[in-house]
Amino acid sequence: MSIEANLEPTTAVNSQRVSELRRFFRTFVNRGVVVFGLVIIIIFIIAAIFAPWLAPYNPDKIDMNNARLQPSGSHWLGTDSLGRDTLSRVIYGARVSLMIGLVVVLFSSIVGMSLGLIAGYFGGWVHAIIMRLMDMLMAFPVLVLALLVAAILGGGLVNVIWALAFAMVPIYARLMCGQAISVKENDYVLAGRSMGASHIRIMLRHLAPNCFPPLIVMMTMMLGTTILAEAGLSFLGIGVQPPIPTWGNMVNDGRDYLLSNPLLSFAPGLAIMLVVYAFNMIGDGLRDALDPQLRGVI
Amino acid sequence: MTAYIIRRLILAVIVLVLVSMFVFLAMRLLPGDPVLMFVSSSSVQEITDEQLESLRHEFGLDKVLPMQYLDWISGVLHGDLGRSILNHSPVTQEILRRLPITIHLGALAFIIAVIIGIPAGVLCAVRRGSWLDNFITTLSNIGITIPVFWLGIILIYVFALYFEWLPVMGYTSPFEDFWLSTKKIIMPVFCLALGPLAGNARQARSSMLEVIHKDYIRTAWSKGLRERTIIIKHALKNGLMPVVTLSGIGIGAILGGSVLIEQVFNIPGMGRLAVTSVMNQDYPYVQAIALIMAISIVFANLLVDISYGWLDPRVHYE
Repeated sequence: MSIEANLEPTTAVNSQRVSELRRFFRTFVNRGVVVFGLVIIIIFIIAAIFAPWLAPYNPDKIDMNNARLQPSGSHWLGTDSLGRDTLSRVIYGARVSLMIGLVVVLFSSIVGMSLGLIAGYFGGWVHAIIMRLMDMLMAFPVLVLALLVAAILGGGLVNVIWALAFAMVPIYARLMCGQAISVKENDYVLAGRSMGASHIRIMLRHLAPNCFPPLIVMMTMMLGTTILAEAGLSFLGIGVQPPIPTWGNMVNDGRDYLLSNPLLSFAPGLAIMLVVYAFNMIGDGLRDALDPQLRGVI
Repeated sequence: MTAYIIRRLILAVIVLVLVSMFVFLAMRLLPGDPVLMFVSSSSVQEITDEQLESLRHEFGLDKVLPMQYLDWISGVLHGDLGRSILNHSPVTQEILRRLPITIHLGALAFIIAVIIGIPAGVLCAVRRGSWLDNFITTLSNIGITIPVFWLGIILIYVFALYFEWLPVMGYTSPFEDFWLSTKKIIMPVFCLALGPLAGNARQARSSMLEVIHKDYIRTAWSKGLRERTIIIKHALKNGLMPVVTLSGIGIGAILGGSVLIEQVFNIPGMGRLAVTSVMNQDYPYVQAIALIMAISIVFANLLVDISYGWLDPRVHYE
C-alpha cells in the first residue's frame, strides 16, 4: 500500500476502487516491453480474426505456375514449393496457433486448478494421491509427454489439443495447490466453516478467488509456452497436419528451400517468437501490477 | 538429514513406480492388438487363430493386466525394454547405441547453461539498471521464447550454408575425430543450452536482487568489505538456492529440446529416435525413451532436493 492510498477517505469505497484500477494499469503499462507485447498480441489477434480479408491470397490454393517465387510486390514473402502465398499462410497460421493456445490453456487450467484446489484444501491422502500423480506427469518433458499422447491418439488438430492440455495440467495443479495451502490458513476460511458453509462453497467462493493472482500470470505465460510446444509438435510432423497452415509445419516445409528463399522458414518462426515473447512480457507486466511480491514465485 | 534423504528417496520411488505404470498403460491404450501389430509387420502373410493364441501366450498377453505389468517391469529392471515392432531388434541395444550421443550433447549444454547463465544473471543483479543489465535481460527474455528448432535452422543458414564455416548437420563421435565432432556439435549444443541458459540467468538475477537488499548484506557493506567478497561470500550462497532448483528443470528442458534439435541437425540420438518411432508407430521405442527420460528427470530432481537440504539446513528440519 502506498501512502497515497492511505490518505484517501475510507468511506469513498468507489473512488478507492477506481484508483486501485488506475494504479494497476499504470504499473501494468509502465514498462515499454509490456506495451510492445500488448501491441503485438493485438496485431496477431486482428490478423487471426480478419484473416480472410487481410490475407492477399487463399492460403491453401495450390498454384504450380507460381511455385517458389522470390519475395516481390505481389507475393511479399514469396511462395512455397506448391505455389502457396507465404504471407497468407503466416496470417492464417495465427488462427491455428492462437486458437490452440487459448483452448489448451483454458482446458488445462480448469482441470489443473480444480485438482490443485482439491488437493490443497483437503490435504492428507487426497493431497498425496493427486500430487504424486502430478509429480508423475511432471517427470516427462512436456514435448515427450505430448509425443506419447500423440502416439496413442494420432496427429491432427484435436489430438494435439488433447495432448498439450494433458501435458500442461500438472503445472497449474502444483501452483494452485501451493496457493490453496497457504490461503486456507486465513481466518475467513475458518469463519466460513463455522457458519456451516459447504466444502465446495468455501473452495469456490473463498479459496479460489484469493489463489488467483499468480495463476492469471501463469496462464498468460502458458499461452506462449503452449504455442511454442504446438509449433514444436507441428514442426516434427506429429502435430497439426498439412494442409492446415501452422507456423510449426511451415518452418519445417521451408527447410528444404533455405538457399532459394529463407523467408519460407524465417517468417513463420519469427511470428512464433513474437507471439511467445509478447505473452511472456504481458505475463511479466501482470505480475508486477498484481503483486510485486510475486516476483520470483513464478 | 538422513530422515530427509530417506523421505525424498521414498517419494522418488513412488513417482518412479507411477511413471512406469503410466508408460505401461499408455502402450496398452493404443488402438490395435499388439500381437496383430507384431504379426502384420513381419513377413508372415497367413496366420491361424491358434497361432495367434500361441503368440499371445508367448508374449504373456493372455494374463491379467497387473501380471503383464509385473512381467514387463521385471524385464525392464533386467535391462530388457522389449523388441521393435518394425524390425524385431532389441530396443535396449538400439537405445544404448544412441544414449551416449544425447548425453554428450545434453551434458555440454547443461554445463554451458550453468557456467554462462549464472554469472550473467549475477552480473545483472550487481549492475542493476546498467546497459549491461538491460542487454542481458533482453537477451535472456528472447532466449526463453525463441523456438529452438527455428534458431537451429537460422544457424544452419548463416554458419553452414552462407559462410560455410561449420558442417550443415550430422554427428561424429569425439573419439573418432575430435575436431570434426566439435565443429558438428557447436550449433546443436548452443540451441540446446540457450533455453536453460536464459532461464538460469533470469532466476540468478531475480534471486540475487532479493538477497542484495537483505540486512546482512548491508552489514557486510558497513563493515567495509570489498564488493567481490560480499557478492561471492555472502550474497551468492543464499542467492543461488533457487537456481539449484531450476537446474533440475533444465535437465527436463534439455531432454525435451533434444527431441527437436536432433531432428533439425540430423543427429542419431535418442530424441530423433523418439520422433521416428512415433512416425513409424514403433511403440516399444516410444515407451522406452519416455521411460528413460522420466527416470533421468526424477533422479535429477532427487539430487536437487538432496543438495537443497544439504545447502540449506532449514529445508530438512521442516
